[in-house]
Amino acid sequence: MPKRELRVIKENCTGCGVCEEVCPYNAIEVINGIAVVRDNCVFCGICVESCAFEALKLYEEKPEERTVPEGYSGVMTYAEVLNGELSRVSLEILSIARELAKRLNTNVTTLLIGHNIEKHAKALINHGADKVIVVDHSELNRFIDEKYAKIFVTAIEQFKPEVVIGGATAVGRALFPRVAALLKTGLTADCTEFDIEKETGLLLQTRPAFGGNIMATIKTEFTRPQMATVRPRVFKPLTPEERDGEIIKLEYEPHKESFVKQVLDVLITEGETVNLEDADIIVSGGRGVGSKENFKVIFDLAKELNAAVGASRAAVDAGWIPYAHQVGQTGKTVSPKIYIACGISGAIQHQVGMRSSDFIIAINKDPEAPIFDIADLGIVGDLFEVIPVLIKEIKKKKGE
Amino acid sequence: MNIIVCIKQVPDTQDVKMDPERGTLIREGVKSIVNPFDLYALEEGIRIKERTGKGTVVALTMGPPQAEEALKEAIAMGVDRGILITDKAFAGADTLATSYTLAKAIEKIGSPWVIVCGRQAIDGDTAQVGPELAAWLDVPQITYVSKILEIDEKRIKAERLTDYGYDVVEATVPCVITVNKEINEPRLPSLRGMMKAKRFKPEIWDSSSMDVDRKYIGLEGSPTRVIKIFAPPQKIGGQKHEGTPEELAKIIVKKFEELKII
Repeated sequence: MPKRELRVIKENCTGCGVCEEVCPYNAIEVINGIAVVRDNCVFCGICVESCAFEALKLYEEKPEERTVPEGYSGVMTYAEVLNGELSRVSLEILSIARELAKRLNTNVTTLLIGHNIEKHAKALINHGADKVIVVDHSELNRFIDEKYAKIFVTAIEQFKPEVVIGGATAVGRALFPRVAALLKTGLTADCTEFDIEKETGLLLQTRPAFGGNIMATIKTEFTRPQMATVRPRVFKPLTPEERDGEIIKLEYEPHKESFVKQVLDVLITEGETVNLEDADIIVSGGRGVGSKENFKVIFDLAKELNAAVGASRAAVDAGWIPYAHQVGQTGKTVSPKIYIACGISGAIQHQVGMRSSDFIIAINKDPEAPIFDIADLGIVGDLFEVIPVLIKEIKKKKGE
Repeated sequence: MNIIVCIKQVPDTQDVKMDPERGTLIREGVKSIVNPFDLYALEEGIRIKERTGKGTVVALTMGPPQAEEALKEAIAMGVDRGILITDKAFAGADTLATSYTLAKAIEKIGSPWVIVCGRQAIDGDTAQVGPELAAWLDVPQITYVSKILEIDEKRIKAERLTDYGYDVVEATVPCVITVNKEINEPRLPSLRGMMKAKRFKPEIWDSSSMDVDRKYIGLEGSPTRVIKIFAPPQKIGGQKHEGTPEELAKIIVKKFEELKII
């Protein structure tokens, strides 16, 4: 330690401050006319490239021979069951898992945990799994982080997959980090792209960071498995076909733990309108909607399109609609096929939550609203005038 | 009994952009802020003490020396103690190494009751440190908490946000919770708090003040490694239309038909 070091070559440094400007981590500063590297430097090398005077150099010691644990092969996916149903993302990740397995010349195993869930095993096989590990027990009826994590760890230790992926859902984002820490291995959240590094066969995991302003590619070199969660709706499920696969039942032994945790009650909110991550279409309302009552027009349009309802932070903070609907930096990140922003000005904090949508429609009175900078279709108009007519037109087309 | 709130100083990410041509980051005037979700965590930590009349609220952060500023904000809001973990040996930590280091600090603080984290930090957006911390400490976790229903010396009952609504979850303590913004409205610092913050000096812990295994900290303890960063494809706005509501509605319907949604 340290394996890497950023050194300032004092003779070359002019104290121009460019490195300070470009550092995303605030880790370099010009003090008394010379650049000084702080402790929080992550050795990304951005400053090295930016320096016109070759005053910065990244030193990398040859790493001590670190060995990769042996005997790990295969791709494992985690199938999430929500209220008895397989979540869509569980099928989506099977398509990328198949692709990765093909390139690694290996197979796909899916872990399925819950109660009365064996019926889903066949669907998983038909969508691309070669094997499905089923852990079925009445105690597993609801997602309990600690119990599920223990089972997951047991399955990984037994089957030794080199790659483990799951959906970046509320459950996935609670379960995967717990499992990764128990196994002391690396985890990359919210990936939107995967590749296999040719020379090493390592999984290259690409994800957005800094609110989507930057993409980062990450790899896990020396620990196994290489774990990642995948943003919903990035990959498309394969068309199911009749396939042969193996169903393996894993016995669940209720654990005696030093702590207790249970789910006492489950509250389901307004059917489908709130499951934004899974929605094909989202109709979102913002400050321009004006009141809680006025949100009816947003819900009406959503109903007509079979869409989920989103909202900007302004609308949530005003108490017009619950937080579960909020899209943006402090809410959800969504990427539906169509995102319809109604009365949303489009502050950057909102944009980071929705700009990866396939097609964005903005309806706003203000032609200067920033939302129009990213909208594929901009409608300059009053939402209260446009939407009722729009609903009528849709009904007409549908022949109602 | 300690109510430990883990916070992080982050760059205000809305200002961080990439120059797509040079492949470098533009962070002109990017200021450091307390991660927004952590303000809700601090508020909830203070409220737990207020509603139960028990516990000491400790704000814990890992970062460079200037992360002291984040602790000052915590003190101004009303936490009792602020600890800064800072050491070159911790540099380059990913979420696993960070959560390990925080877990070691929590062991040193001792008698944890509730450990409160923000749902995620807005720079990395991983939401991993909370659950990883719970795993290192071998305690239960409740993520995405939107309301604490009951809490005492034995257990905590809380509502967690799910993809379909909410679960009501009960767990024994100590327990790690990660909080959503729905949980409260963070208070503004009081005048007294600001005075206190002005005089405040954090307790500073380095790798020798804690019982850490070197192979789990810093770069060495970080299994993940960033190998490349690049700018995402730029989104460019399309055509803007004006007209009567009827004309505008027709344009939208035509697009819906093209996109095959009606």
